[in-house]
Amino acid sequence: MNRIEQLFKEKKDILNIYVTAGFPNLNDTIEIIQELANSGVDMVEIGMPFSDPLADGPTIQNSSHIAIKNGITLEIIFEQIEEIRKTVSVPIVLMGYYNQVLQYGTTAFFEKAKTVGVDGFIIPDLPLEIYQSDYKTVIQNLELDMIFLITPQTTDKRIRLIDAESSGFLYVVSSYATTGSKNDIEQNQLDYFERINELNLSNPKLIGFGISNQKTFNTACKNAEGAIIGSAFIKALENNNNTKTTVNEFVKSIL
Amino acid sequence: MNYKVNEQGFYGDFGGAFIPEMLYHNVNELKENYLQIIESDSFQEEFKDLLKEYVGRPTPLYFAKRLSKKYNTNIFLKREDLNHTGAHKINNTIGQILLAQRMNKKRIIAETGAGQHGVATATVCALMGLECLVYMGEVDIKRQAPNVARMKMLGAEVRSATSGSKTLKDATNEAIRDWIANPVDTYYLIGSVVGPHPYPDMVARFQSIISEEMKNQLQEKTGKDHPDKIIACVGGGSNAAGAFYHYLDNEKVELIAVEADGLGVETDKTAATTQVGTEGIIHGSKTLLMQNSEGQITEPHSISAGLDYPGVGPLHAHLFKTGRGTFIGATDKEALTAAYELTKLEGIIPALESAHALAALTKIDFNPNENVVINLSGRGDKDMETYIKKMDDE
Repeated sequence: MNRIEQLFKEKKDILNIYVTAGFPNLNDTIEIIQELANSGVDMVEIGMPFSDPLADGPTIQNSSHIAIKNGITLEIIFEQIEEIRKTVSVPIVLMGYYNQVLQYGTTAFFEKAKTVGVDGFIIPDLPLEIYQSDYKTVIQNLELDMIFLITPQTTDKRIRLIDAESSGFLYVVSSYATTGSKNDIEQNQLDYFERINELNLSNPKLIGFGISNQKTFNTACKNAEGAIIGSAFIKALENNNNTKTTVNEFVKSIL
Repeated sequence: MNYKVNEQGFYGDFGGAFIPEMLYHNVNELKENYLQIIESDSFQEEFKDLLKEYVGRPTPLYFAKRLSKKYNTNIFLKREDLNHTGAHKINNTIGQILLAQRMNKKRIIAETGAGQHGVATATVCALMGLECLVYMGEVDIKRQAPNVARMKMLGAEVRSATSGSKTLKDATNEAIRDWIANPVDTYYLIGSVVGPHPYPDMVARFQSIISEEMKNQLQEKTGKDHPDKIIACVGGGSNAAGAFYHYLDNEKVELIAVEADGLGVETDKTAATTQVGTEGIIHGSKTLLMQNSEGQITEPHSISAGLDYPGVGPLHAHLFKTGRGTFIGATDKEALTAAYELTKLEGIIPALESAHALAALTKIDFNPNENVVINLSGRGDKDMETYIKKMDDE
């Protein structure tokens, strides 16, 4: 059982916070994640900045752009995670795009990630079918998790298929949107969460996209095992003066 | 060797649909329906009728006498520049708007580089009374002002893409994000043979009217239904796909694709994807693209906004890798020289994109008896500002 599976076994109302690696400054990521863990965050998602992040809204795009300018690379991200793992024990999920993994070399990427202490991956543009045929065995052998997204348009049949193929948790995209574009949760979204819950899936679920404050986080926790916050936290990091205070205050405002 | 798309949406190693789950439903809906719809009699009848009565097809296959004399061979120009709206792009937008209507979509979004696809999309939306939103890079909005004005006059909203290099690649990203946020009523009308399957195949089919007409016209003019060589410019590659389509399996026909070398392939100011690119994923398709070792997509350069794209359609990546296609490049300067040459010899001002295809004439050895078709994909009206500025240099 890896760290992700252990966490869902032990705890409810999981708070997962997304951080763009190398943002706002190249080496801030280490301190940010240490502080997130100290403040009571249950899991962290580290974004590997990509030049053309199709699934991300303006806030995360902009942070990725800045991180690339700061000189972030996959090697630096792996070094940072290695450093983070000396003090941090919460699960770490790497999020990025398939082209980055392809260029690094897929097997080498998964193995290196395992070595430095990563627990799972979110690669939104990796097709489920290609994961099944090419990577599932590698991921399982390394005891890592591959986390897939489901959206309001995903049919029940496909949700079951995705549930059967993925491990760790399911990333429930809350609405029709790229990251960071909504502020509240509406009735049709609640209906959608209910539809998913009625499927009695085998994986736990975290709700993401549009979770930005205590209210939306609490709603998410009523409808799933927890939530992922991304853009709202990246916004808090923009122009911050003191990383430690910013992180602590942000987490306090949610929990 | 098979050069058509397979059932999984691949051309050899290239193609597929590498898309986030948020797009799965829409892309799958299109994949499940496009062939059945576009192969139906009612669709074909309406499509062919609009191409004839509205677009002005068939376009002439013009024997360019003075150009032929200069290069000591027989050069025919496929006059896509004479289409309504001034380029081949409208062949595809007519096809896709009819498809969008049949799928009950109410809102049309598109990306554009030079603005030709944006104009062609705005045009068919006006024709059908549909809402139209065109994403265009901030840089391209500045360098293609006449087309921006045309789109607005046609009733489209032009939205500036301000991320990344602020050109075609970024306009495409923004259009895809719009589709993610508006999946139910919106149809994404892609302008080239790029993007996730089934777009590359669908756009190639709509553009294949170019080589379909060419076959009949060549038969009439030369007694053979095929040329010895076809030359077309390639950015994403839609006009080349259309010009090559019915000859893909006819190995007697040499297929010559001309990419934009920009300031030169040895510089970092180039858009010659097959020369400097490597395999990867761009806009949902596995293909050749310009990127660094980290997989970050790099910024291309070409004087021609329509060729200023860091990838190439998966069909072309396959033609390149298998050797079925011959890929050559033309620099900004060579394209300009070729544009002035065609204007003076034949009285035709070509688009800067098409000028790249013409520039290949100086780089190929021709046999005096062979027949060469150059796909003149668009007219030069939109490029007059650039041509006027550079006129003194010539």
